[in-house]
Amino acid sequence: MNTATLELDCRGQVCPMPVIELGRRIIDVEVGEVLAVVADDPAARHDVPAWCRMREHEYVGEDTADDGAPRFLVRRLA
Amino acid sequence: MTNPAAYLDSASSEPLHPAAREALLAALDQGYADPRRLHRPGRNARLILDNARAATAEALGVRADEVSFTSSGTDAVHRGLLGLLRAYDARRVAHSAVEHSAVLHALEWWPGQAESVPVDQSGRIVGPMPDADVLVLQSANHEVGTVQPVASVGTPLFVDACASMGRLPLPDGWAAAAGSAHKWGGPAGVGVLLVRKGTRWLNPFPGDDRTDERTTGFENIPAALAAAAALQAVVAERDEVNARQFAMVDRIRAAAGAIPDTQVVGDPVDRLPHLVTFSCLYVNGEQIVEALDRRGFGVASGSACTASTLEPSHVLAAMRVLTHGNVRVSLARDTTDAEVDAFCAVLPEVVTEIRAEHDL
Repeated sequence: MNTATLELDCRGQVCPMPVIELGRRIIDVEVGEVLAVVADDPAARHDVPAWCRMREHEYVGEDTADDGAPRFLVRRLA
Repeated sequence: MTNPAAYLDSASSEPLHPAAREALLAALDQGYADPRRLHRPGRNARLILDNARAATAEALGVRADEVSFTSSGTDAVHRGLLGLLRAYDARRVAHSAVEHSAVLHALEWWPGQAESVPVDQSGRIVGPMPDADVLVLQSANHEVGTVQPVASVGTPLFVDACASMGRLPLPDGWAAAAGSAHKWGGPAGVGVLLVRKGTRWLNPFPGDDRTDERTTGFENIPAALAAAAALQAVVAERDEVNARQFAMVDRIRAAAGAIPDTQVVGDPVDRLPHLVTFSCLYVNGEQIVEALDRRGFGVASGSACTASTLEPSHVLAAMRVLTHGNVRVSLARDTTDAEVDAFCAVLPEVVTEIRAEHDL
């Protein structure tokens, strides 16, 4: 599992809520740090990377949380 | 909820063309009999069916004996594609990642190996198709409008032309192809299956003893004639209609693109004339469709929350663009400039309102 400075629990939330949370909370990590979004909504797998491209942050990849829920990792670049 | 004043979802189903209505009403009283029978009503029905086939062939620039009428566009896709796979004893098929679900479902059902070929951010297939026994490529994408580079490559090619048939000339290079009448202003329940003369094709489903060995079931002859009449009319009108719709879509693209954090997707130029798709960041797709409906605009969405499967559009996902906050606008033949102006005025308000609920 990758090291994330902050993990957002978006389990049970449907699109676009996980991405809204990501947009709100990215400033809570420092530039260069990684924020993790735990989301079981199927759209998050596509929309977290798409958000990174729009906002010019780095999409690090996907792993899983302790309970097996998908976890999407974003490195703040600016 | 009232009906939308401006119906902007012709890519789901185009309203019936006046030429189709006229042909349908005329054929309803004449085309009831079994076209295989040798009595007069049977001969009348056969004549109408043959006329529908001839008119469809002429409008598409194909031979009449290459045209079959199926029970839907999906049925035409399934028969066309699976019939090629069976005839060529195919083991491997390659298809673009953005094919219609009718293609993907057919390939899930088929026991062979299917390879999905990636697309670029405009939705256009990247590079040459890989080596396979049969290739599948749409003429244009049904969700984002991007025209695909369909060309003959020596391998049997199935072309899903449902999104473009009538609106754009049929691309060359197909061994079999499919169209859907209600997408061009014909009635629903009529598909067009084309199988190129000399191409091997075997019915993938149980056969029947109809006049056309490629189809099964009693033909809906009045609807086939209506579909053919609409197709002829749409082809005759398309230079004028396409130019008008293309310019209207350009205006919608500009209006949507001016909204902050909105991705207007699909090729801006090499595209279907009547269709545009965009995604608004931080907006719920169901909410924007409903908000536009309340203001009188009927649009579609590829966002997960608007899908029966709760999965986002595989087309948008393959293009690596936002899947939430998605809106597909597709103009009808009689969409007016005033309706487009009104839509362009309302759209930014609706997006701003929805975003305000999230305190963004």
